[in-house]
Amino acid sequence: MAVTAPAAPGAPRRIAAVTPENLRRRYRRDRVMIGLLVVATVVVLVPLLIIVGYVVSNGISAVLTADFYTQDLGSPARALQGRPTGLGHTILGTLVVDGLALLIAVPIGVGAGIMLSEYPDHPLNPVLRILNDTLNGMPAILKGLLAFSLIVKPMGTFSGFSGAVALAFVMLPILARATEGVLRIIPWSIREAGLALGLPRWRVVLNAVLPAARVGVVTGILIAFARAAGEAAPLLFTAFGNNFFSSTPLRYLLGPVDTLPARLYGLAISPYKEWHAMGWGAGVILLALVIVTYVGTRILTRQRHTTDL
Amino acid sequence: MDPVTRPPTAPSTPKPQQAGQGEVRATIAADAEPRLVTEGITVHYGKTVGVRDVGLTFRDKTVTALIGPSGCGKTTFLRSLNRMHDLTRGVKVSGRALLDGTDVYANGVDPVTIRRRIGMVFQKPTPFPTMSIYDNVVAGLKLVGIRDRALLDDVAERSLRQAALWDEVKDRLKAPASGISGGQQQRLSIARALAVEAEVLLMDEPTSSLDPQSTMRIEELIQQLKDTVTIIIVTHNMQQAARVSDYTAFFYEGDLVEVSDTNTMFTNPKEQRTNDYITGRFG
Repeated sequence: MAVTAPAAPGAPRRIAAVTPENLRRRYRRDRVMIGLLVVATVVVLVPLLIIVGYVVSNGISAVLTADFYTQDLGSPARALQGRPTGLGHTILGTLVVDGLALLIAVPIGVGAGIMLSEYPDHPLNPVLRILNDTLNGMPAILKGLLAFSLIVKPMGTFSGFSGAVALAFVMLPILARATEGVLRIIPWSIREAGLALGLPRWRVVLNAVLPAARVGVVTGILIAFARAAGEAAPLLFTAFGNNFFSSTPLRYLLGPVDTLPARLYGLAISPYKEWHAMGWGAGVILLALVIVTYVGTRILTRQRHTTDL
Repeated sequence: MDPVTRPPTAPSTPKPQQAGQGEVRATIAADAEPRLVTEGITVHYGKTVGVRDVGLTFRDKTVTALIGPSGCGKTTFLRSLNRMHDLTRGVKVSGRALLDGTDVYANGVDPVTIRRRIGMVFQKPTPFPTMSIYDNVVAGLKLVGIRDRALLDDVAERSLRQAALWDEVKDRLKAPASGISGGQQQRLSIARALAVEAEVLLMDEPTSSLDPQSTMRIEELIQQLKDTVTIIIVTHNMQQAARVSDYTAFFYEGDLVEVSDTNTMFTNPKEQRTNDYITGRFG
């Protein structure tokens, strides 16, 4: 009955399914799959390019003037009468508020991530996890409200500082989750190696685990920053907004300041087409801020220790 | 006749603890001071028993090999000696492990100090990936606040020489540790443990991820290190156990079956199970 001669036990046996036709079919399928992946990539990239292209083409004329960076906004009359006007104070305010938010959020957020990943048995761990998840799901505007009641009310004034705290609330859960995630993929053996040397737990985390996760942690910081930098809602009743340069550097922290996302909204809903153009300009700067930060950190955290052999 | 084995007992039946331990301890030739002595070490993983009532004596400046089939508890036992189980949830260690007479599990004994005296080398080389070769060697000192450059340089050179790695890396101490070969990384891991002046070195299958050449170098190294440290090595390779060790302990299904000097163990084992294992009938 057997079509082929029975093979001796243990002798290599050809599997009939591997025919030239079978091979051709597999190559065909491979090409189809690659085609689908290319389509998926394009689908992801096209909206990004449309957004960037649209924002840049509408805002490029505004950002190519020196006044845009050196002047403050003032009243609508300035723009309408063609007098010098710009968003210098907004860019400055954004840098102050976002920078301070990072300073506040990074140590706390990364610390929380370390706690979540490295001390799973600590009694506070589940509490921290619930708080973090809740904070992550909370609408941004409520974070603004929180900063408002914590800082603006007691201080009696809108301020860059309160804006930074509100943005820090946006960054915190993102940082904690990202840090926890990257620490968890660091092999357990690195921790054991450190502990076996008689190093205390926190030393191992700080000097062996965290450096190994450096690129991932920095990427997490970046994502948190990019996310917070684009938020307008938490800033509405904290940083509030301002049409002018502040009188002293300290006033950027302690007085109302302008920020790009909030100003963009203000300019966009104004009835003046001159201000609409500046709003597009604000969009360009916001995009540039995120892209420059992204590229900058990529260069700074480039892996040095794997290339050298 | 010198009693070299524990009384033969089935693995499932509870052992006459006192007698068992006494016998085992008496087996080891009294040519060196005991350095590390375990009494009734039992390790539970949740409800499963990983290691049952192990009493072993490790004498100063000797090499003891722990052999047995996969899952027999030899690594579990090894890791109980420097309290590496402390960090794993659901693992419970009972019994005593006396380092120079002090129980490492006693109240108030800091596992961190114990691990400085009982170093460990793992199956896979584990250099700290972001550190240079130099920083890896002195990590155990630098990271606890020792800043004295001259001292660190000194320790780095001494440890690397001891680990037979100095000549290969002396010109690139600042190079990343991840860039050297697996065998070199494993010797680096050994140098790192020696740098903190570990007196006992636990080695968990230190050559199982290495090529024969690197394996040979590590085995030679073990012979040299014996002059200064006490070595306990887990190995799957019985030729290796025969080559490097003075004493051999055979584990099976969580029990210490037999321990004796290596020569006797491989030529004239007392237990049928030991004989079956070393002649390749199972495991």
